[in-house]
Amino acid sequence: MSDEKDPTPQGAEGMDKSPEQAAVDQSPENVPAPADEHAVGERHGMFGVRGTGDTSGYGGLVSRVVLPGAAQRPFGGWFDTVADKLDDLIEQVVIHRGEITFHVARHNLEAVARLLRDDPTLRFEFLSGVSGVHYPDDTGRELHAVYHFGSMTFNRRIRVEVAVSDADPHLPSVVGIYPAADWHERETYDMFGLIFDGHPALTRILMPDDWPGHPQRKDYPLGGIPVEYKGGTVPPPDQRRSYN
Amino acid sequence: MATDSTHTAGADEDLYAGSTETTEGRVFTVSGQDWDEIAAGLGEGEASERVVVNMGPQHPSTHGVLRLILEIEGETVTEARAGIGYLHTGIEKNMEYRSWVQGVTFCTRMDYLSPFYNEMTYVLGVERLLDIEDQIPEKASVMRVLLMELNRLSSHLVAIATGGMEIGALTVMTIGFRERELVLDLFELITGLRMNHAFIRPGGVAQDLPPGALDEIRSFITLMRKRLPEYAALCNANPIFKGRLEGVGHLDLEGCMALGLTGPILRSTGYPWDLRKTQPYCGYETYDFDVQTWDTCDSYGRFRLRLNEMWESLKIIEQSTDRLAKMEGDPVMVADKKIAWPSQLAIGSDGMGNSLDHIRHIMGESMEALIHHFKLVTEGFRVPAGQAYVPVESPRGELGAHVVSDGGTRPFRAHFRDPSFHNLQAMGVMSEGGMIADVIVAVASIDPVMGGVDR
Repeated sequence: MSDEKDPTPQGAEGMDKSPEQAAVDQSPENVPAPADEHAVGERHGMFGVRGTGDTSGYGGLVSRVVLPGAAQRPFGGWFDTVADKLDDLIEQVVIHRGEITFHVARHNLEAVARLLRDDPTLRFEFLSGVSGVHYPDDTGRELHAVYHFGSMTFNRRIRVEVAVSDADPHLPSVVGIYPAADWHERETYDMFGLIFDGHPALTRILMPDDWPGHPQRKDYPLGGIPVEYKGGTVPPPDQRRSYN
Repeated sequence: MATDSTHTAGADEDLYAGSTETTEGRVFTVSGQDWDEIAAGLGEGEASERVVVNMGPQHPSTHGVLRLILEIEGETVTEARAGIGYLHTGIEKNMEYRSWVQGVTFCTRMDYLSPFYNEMTYVLGVERLLDIEDQIPEKASVMRVLLMELNRLSSHLVAIATGGMEIGALTVMTIGFRERELVLDLFELITGLRMNHAFIRPGGVAQDLPPGALDEIRSFITLMRKRLPEYAALCNANPIFKGRLEGVGHLDLEGCMALGLTGPILRSTGYPWDLRKTQPYCGYETYDFDVQTWDTCDSYGRFRLRLNEMWESLKIIEQSTDRLAKMEGDPVMVADKKIAWPSQLAIGSDGMGNSLDHIRHIMGESMEALIHHFKLVTEGFRVPAGQAYVPVESPRGELGAHVVSDGGTRPFRAHFRDPSFHNLQAMGVMSEGGMIADVIVAVASIDPVMGGVDR
């Protein structure tokens, strides 16, 4: 995470910079995350070992999974041009590794998409696709739909992210604005169970029509389900022999 | 032929894959030499009003396991839809259970005709998250470009070959696969495998060029300069070929923009959109080549465009070969030992494996090196949390990987925006109103690869 780091870890106030500090400065991922940052999950231990098999000595380690935080203005270059137009409709802006992400509430998604397509200073005529991400520990915002827009006129790319909860996985469809989203929304529905209201025919696209569950969700196991191989079962890869 | 199922459910019934009976309408299973029976059946009842033909998924002309659902009136297609998913293998899900490096081994298998592009877009995303984009050695970038352009040649050759085969031009198929075999030989020489290479890795490429590779590539370029005109001579002015392709699968710029199409379909409308020029990666901006366009918006234009693009690819291959000749001995993997694969591959008495020097080092000389090797190979490196999307121009259009990391040693999510999947949405608008035979041509001009569509 390359955004601003908190230079004073707890207990270090008033002390001279110790050699450990230098290591912290060199590798920002060693800086403890500020307590007010929004964590999307927690990682326990190290090396992926769990339970009695964990002889690593790191069993008690708890590290928070924190995604890159919100950026502050000015964003620089054309980022500000786009952000100015969208200002009233966005929750926050994240800039990470030179890519800009606009977080949008679902009731604003249609307005954002229409503005992106129609505004002569934006001209995002190209919707590259819709992707889903499932953060099971991000309570109330478990399911994210991620849209990648491109402007061929201005040669720009942005990302728009909409988060909804597992309990109410509804968000508006943008097929009416970007017909290209048709199959992508069907795929995201198929894989995550996100329901795109207003889609002309929201049916499964990759999995069979009568498939139970949404395979790309984190609580859905990989393998280990009855397959049509005449009684043969395959254990899930996370239960096979593994070193991590 | 209406199936009269007289046999009862008995010994030969499949417990796990039972058949589903259609409850609506009348079902005919066409198996050849039964036209009289079907024609008689079509004359009566509701079948005379509405005929829906299922073409595929096992049909030699549907470009893979693609199912086309065509509503026809006589020979005219009034409505066309595509059914996909028959090749879905859960590659994206699988990648979440393996380390970042192992992910390459999965995604190379998606679009099996352009494996290097799958690897490339994923690796570029991982490298952006690792923030090592500037540290990739020059030689690795040149090798990536070389492999990608060779791959564009082989992919376009298959597109033209199978497209020819599907309309009955079998010579086009045989010569297309003949030349593709030469490219695959080069792949085998450089990566060790003809397909599914997993050669482009986060931080560089797996291995340096083997001795003699540049000479092989040079003689291949010379040969291709002789062979490529054969395609032009066979097809360009061939009246049957033109009759089948011209004006078929028409989609103009407006349609392409509305549907977000990229690649040869978009360029056949005259719009020179090519990510290698507009958003260069791997140093494409330093190569001398032109973006090819055509202005007919039809299948014939897409065929000619692919032919022209092969010439441009040859130009890039030649330039990268010249550059590689000056880079002998340069590193092909990033210098950061926390990311770079610890061992080099070498040919031993029992085939390809870790080099003996490396084995001697970790087993006999340095305990720390052994630990490092073990950690990096089994657990893998950590990638800072965040997400990245770095698209590349694959032979079929924009191919991009949306890579999400939670700071762990495995991808939290990897989603591929495959151009075949996206562009296949245009099948309906390209073929509705045309003849059934034109559906084949339109689909072939999209050139979908089902491995990439279904992933």
